[in-house]
Amino acid sequence: MSDKPVNTNTSEAPENGEHQFAIDTQNLDLWYGTFQALFDVNLKIRQGMITSMIGPSGCGKSTYLRSVNRINERLGYVRINGNINVFGNNIYDPAVELVQIRKEIGMVFQRPNPLPASIRDNVLFGHRIHNKHMKTNKAEEEEIVENALRTVLLWDKVKDNLNRKATQLSLEEQQKLCIARLLPVKPKILLMDEPCSALDPKGTAAVEELIWELRGEYTILIVTHNMAQARRASEECIFMLMGKVMEHTATEDLFVTPAKKETADYIEGRFG
Amino acid sequence: MFEESALNARNKKIQLLWRTLFLVMTLLLILPVLVILGTLIAKGGSVISMEFLFTYPTDGMTAGGIFPALFGTVWLVSLALLISVPLGVAAAIYLSEYAGENWFSRLINLAIINLAGVPSIVHALFGVGAFVVFFGFGTSILAASLTLAIMTLPVVIVATKESLDAVPLAFREACWNMGATRWQTIRKVVLPNAISGILTGVILEVSRTTGETAPIMFTGAAFFLPFLPESVFDQTMAMSLHLFVVATQVPGVPDALPYGVALVLVSMVLIMNSISIGFRVYLRGQKKW
Repeated sequence: MSDKPVNTNTSEAPENGEHQFAIDTQNLDLWYGTFQALFDVNLKIRQGMITSMIGPSGCGKSTYLRSVNRINERLGYVRINGNINVFGNNIYDPAVELVQIRKEIGMVFQRPNPLPASIRDNVLFGHRIHNKHMKTNKAEEEEIVENALRTVLLWDKVKDNLNRKATQLSLEEQQKLCIARLLPVKPKILLMDEPCSALDPKGTAAVEELIWELRGEYTILIVTHNMAQARRASEECIFMLMGKVMEHTATEDLFVTPAKKETADYIEGRFG
Repeated sequence: MFEESALNARNKKIQLLWRTLFLVMTLLLILPVLVILGTLIAKGGSVISMEFLFTYPTDGMTAGGIFPALFGTVWLVSLALLISVPLGVAAAIYLSEYAGENWFSRLINLAIINLAGVPSIVHALFGVGAFVVFFGFGTSILAASLTLAIMTLPVVIVATKESLDAVPLAFREACWNMGATRWQTIRKVVLPNAISGILTGVILEVSRTTGETAPIMFTGAAFFLPFLPESVFDQTMAMSLHLFVVATQVPGVPDALPYGVALVLVSMVLIMNSISIGFRVYLRGQKKW
């Protein structure tokens, strides 16, 4: 087996003026203090697709995800080499404004984290902080709330009680709400860090369905521990191991005809 | 097979013994409170009346009411809080929301802990040196309140920091990930959720300040004044000092009077503490996560 990552997705599809790749990662190395967590990661994430990342715990998939919206930096002891280009702009350029990055790139967490406020205020939070006076007119707000909640298939359940505390919703509904509140600021990329791992099978199915609905309009990068989920709910799949990208290809190919022995071993459950 | 063995019986007996011991210790805690309150009510209850609360002392402080002292204490405590709460809350917000874990924040935390450990009489002397003499406020309400404020500052900071830290990190992460600035996060999410804890801490602080004697006796509290203060640069009487005076400094005071003054002082503290606890219970019920 060669050490070069297998990348079968770079040659097809012509450039058509639009950015073909939403996220273009070039030679990314990342250290937590002295521990190197990512080694020379090169990844091109296709626009408008769902790309899943799989790999055993500690393989760097969450770390990679968290460097795409630069939330890793909060830890202070993180050091980075290389570039991540989002729609052609290097987000590690010093001139880049973090707030703009966060606006364009939304993130959904493992554990649903709605704010302890009403459903309406949760949906409007992002919208309000990105508007000058933190307020827009009522009618516009109502429309934003309805659109966002409809998109995440939650509207019918909560429309009669938008003032209810978001923390009283079921976990599945909370997670949908967490996705909904990203939408009013019109992000282009959604990062999801094991978005279903706190949910029961029914909730998982519902959220997966929602994620599937969102593809096309949003570029979605989803980290998961659940190989079946990656297989069902993504179009391309990345397999990482020990901070390195092992394989990145169409999901179907990765699961049916893995190019590397490590990938085959992992998806067959021989380690991980 | 499942019968009690001799060893089981012995272990159970020992555990019962310890349990009883701990219970007795706990009950011993309540005892002083009950004895103090009981004594005060029994010996001083007779002097309490509206007239006692709202008239001046007469006959060389051996009779009459406590109005100037009551009024002065309210003044001193309010002004002290007006100074220490904004300062303390701001410092706590900086420390828990902005400052990283570095030598600077550790130094400040150390300073706060040390400030909290300074005896009140030392605060009093500092107050004399700094506010009365150096800043030239003289012995005045302002100097006394500033001294009280410095003394209460660490507790306000610690209480505020604790309630800020109790707000789950997940809320902040949610905000930051939507592009909120630190301040937007604090303003919209952290403070609204921490406010109950902050207020509780502040009210508890009020009650402590009410009873302090040493810090005010050299800086602004007077032995006896036949009139109410008109500005913050006047001296004033205060409950705690008045109690000290009638109990030890003035001859011929009837027995019940000092007990009455003490009863009023303790009641003020108890009432404020109860409000604080009630408030906390109410606000806890409001928030759910």
